[in-house]
Amino acid sequence: MIVIAGVAAVVGIVVTLWAAVIARRRVPESPSGAATSTASTSTAAAGRKIKARLYYVSMDGTKLTGVDREVSYADGAAAQAQQIVSAQLSPVTAPFVSPIPPSTTLRALYLDPKGVAFVDLSKEASTGHTGGSQDELLTVYSIVNALTANLPAITAVQVLVDGKQVDTLAGHIDLRRPLQKNLAIIEPEASAPR
Amino acid sequence: MRAVLRRTALSLSVFALAFFNSNILLSQQTPLTVLSKDGNNVTRRTLQTTTVNEQEYVALDDLASMFQLAVREDALGALSVSSKGKTLLLTPDQPLASIAGRVVSLPAPPVRQGRRWLVPVDFIGRALSLVSDTRITLRRPSHLVIVGDLRVPRVQVRYDTSGATTGRLTLDATPRANSAISQEGDQLVVRFDADAIDVSYSNTTAAPLAAAGAQGLLQAVRVPDLVTLSFTTGPRFGGFRITTQPSDTSMRETIDITNAGGQQTTEATPQLPPVTPPPPDLNTAASSLRTIVIDPGHGGEDEGAKGAQGTKEKDVTLAVARRVKTALEAKLGIRVLLTRDDDRAVAIDERTALANNNKADLFISLHANASWRPTLSGATISTARFSPQDEEMAHAVASELLPAINGAARGIDFIPWDVAQIQYVTRSEALARTIAEHLQGKVPLTMNPVDSQPMRVLEPANMPAVLIELGYLTNAEQEKQLAGSDFQTTFVQAVVDAVVKFHDESGR
Repeated sequence: MIVIAGVAAVVGIVVTLWAAVIARRRVPESPSGAATSTASTSTAAAGRKIKARLYYVSMDGTKLTGVDREVSYADGAAAQAQQIVSAQLSPVTAPFVSPIPPSTTLRALYLDPKGVAFVDLSKEASTGHTGGSQDELLTVYSIVNALTANLPAITAVQVLVDGKQVDTLAGHIDLRRPLQKNLAIIEPEASAPR
Repeated sequence: MRAVLRRTALSLSVFALAFFNSNILLSQQTPLTVLSKDGNNVTRRTLQTTTVNEQEYVALDDLASMFQLAVREDALGALSVSSKGKTLLLTPDQPLASIAGRVVSLPAPPVRQGRRWLVPVDFIGRALSLVSDTRITLRRPSHLVIVGDLRVPRVQVRYDTSGATTGRLTLDATPRANSAISQEGDQLVVRFDADAIDVSYSNTTAAPLAAAGAQGLLQAVRVPDLVTLSFTTGPRFGGFRITTQPSDTSMRETIDITNAGGQQTTEATPQLPPVTPPPPDLNTAASSLRTIVIDPGHGGEDEGAKGAQGTKEKDVTLAVARRVKTALEAKLGIRVLLTRDDDRAVAIDERTALANNNKADLFISLHANASWRPTLSGATISTARFSPQDEEMAHAVASELLPAINGAARGIDFIPWDVAQIQYVTRSEALARTIAEHLQGKVPLTMNPVDSQPMRVLEPANMPAVLIELGYLTNAEQEKQLAGSDFQTTFVQAVVDAVVKFHDESGR
């Protein structure tokens, strides 16, 4: 009887260890049926560029100014979306001011079948924010507009932080649902800095 | 018709769930209620129980079909129960189950009844949860099995008489869950923000609310759906007043019920459902403006925006909110509640819940702004903005008919908690414009001082609601202004005048 119990215990331990190994080998999950693109699986074709409109803080600080920039070309909407968001997150030089908190990076980007892009930003998007609702609007809509303006396949954007759905970035703008393009926040062309 | 039948069946069975909690001798056939989530829907199934030797059992084959288990019996009579590669073993004579070398005790051994095997109810919580990949929790006293991560707060209902003619209803939700309380026809309805509720009655054994019934204030309680408690009001029900007291672990709603002095309660006006007319004012005042909630933004670890000299948004908003409260109370003699009165973090939903649960007439959230452009200055007043999808969602929730006092039925539009503000957008915009007009010329305003944005804190507000950004802490001059007494006094006076004007104009 003791022998049987001992064997059972050993088998139990082996099974547990094996299960742990299997669990470690599993690829991180993404929403089922969704196109996925992460920083490590970029499919950007070397050297080839496209022109994309990115958004920076207007001179008076209340709007977004659209600026055409060269962005690496990538195959497929999800991979191209990743390139566009990465470019939008990159620091810029004067006279432009970026609406993105410094050091914010793109963790992952998913595209669901309805054209909603899920943009997963690093925690700096929230922890490094100035905390103003005005700046929060510009941060959120620079990303929403950069995707919806450049990629017609993307109809709405939901911003995630550190892999999770969040209430807000800095306490004001609701991020629990996907947001659509906001044209009202874009400054008319003539007054944009060149 | 089908919907009506479903509702009735649900109300009866959930009522049973609530009823059996109340320390009454358990029936031998009390089934278990199994709650699980299928996408966003909570499904409710029942699991029959059988009593053998004063021990409650469930049939193993019922569990097998509900939880997709494979049950095998070997030649020696040992039972194996498998799910997704995990197997647990049961031996007929032993009150034990073993899984992967781990042994768990059961209150009694499995027993055979005809061709079926029965296992003690505790098998679900102690053993089944170990082979399942979803969390399974057994709440034995409530006969409740919760599959997965559902929010099912325990709601303890207590009724105390306070004096001969009035009473106090106390609802404790643990863990904390917000609720919306409203009067709908002859029903006092409490809807919880949860997947389901687990109701028990603390001081009534024979009949819940017997004392309230004797006073003619409340006659019955039912649980019409998984998240709602509904009290039928009695002939002497005059009105109610709600106090919300959150603690670390639970949320307490105290509902003081007043006596109508034997008069028939008047029927609710159906124009603006689900908001029913406020209870008769027993104090004084012809004024219908009773309660205003002021929300000082941020707090605790969440400091909000910060100025170069170190001025913190959370301090400015609290100082101004306290001044607004004092001024409104002095000028209008009404109740003004703050969502926080010290330096602590308050969840966004709790802020709006305080306004909803206290049936506030106005909700004003105070903030200070920040910009990457240090030249930007001025105040803005924002209202909530909803997308066409939000509006579709709000209206897709079907209207339901509830019985009214005269025996007829009236329609109630159930607006989801998340987007309750949808029905107040126009009035909120009017309030925002009135505030901007009163601030004009007294404090700096931005170029377009009134706007609408998807403001998280305003969306669930069930009353006109605005968010005021006092000015920019990132602007050196404004940082000094906002922290100073002159600005604050002027701002507060303008807001109080605006509230009075708005109130007069809207004719409430």
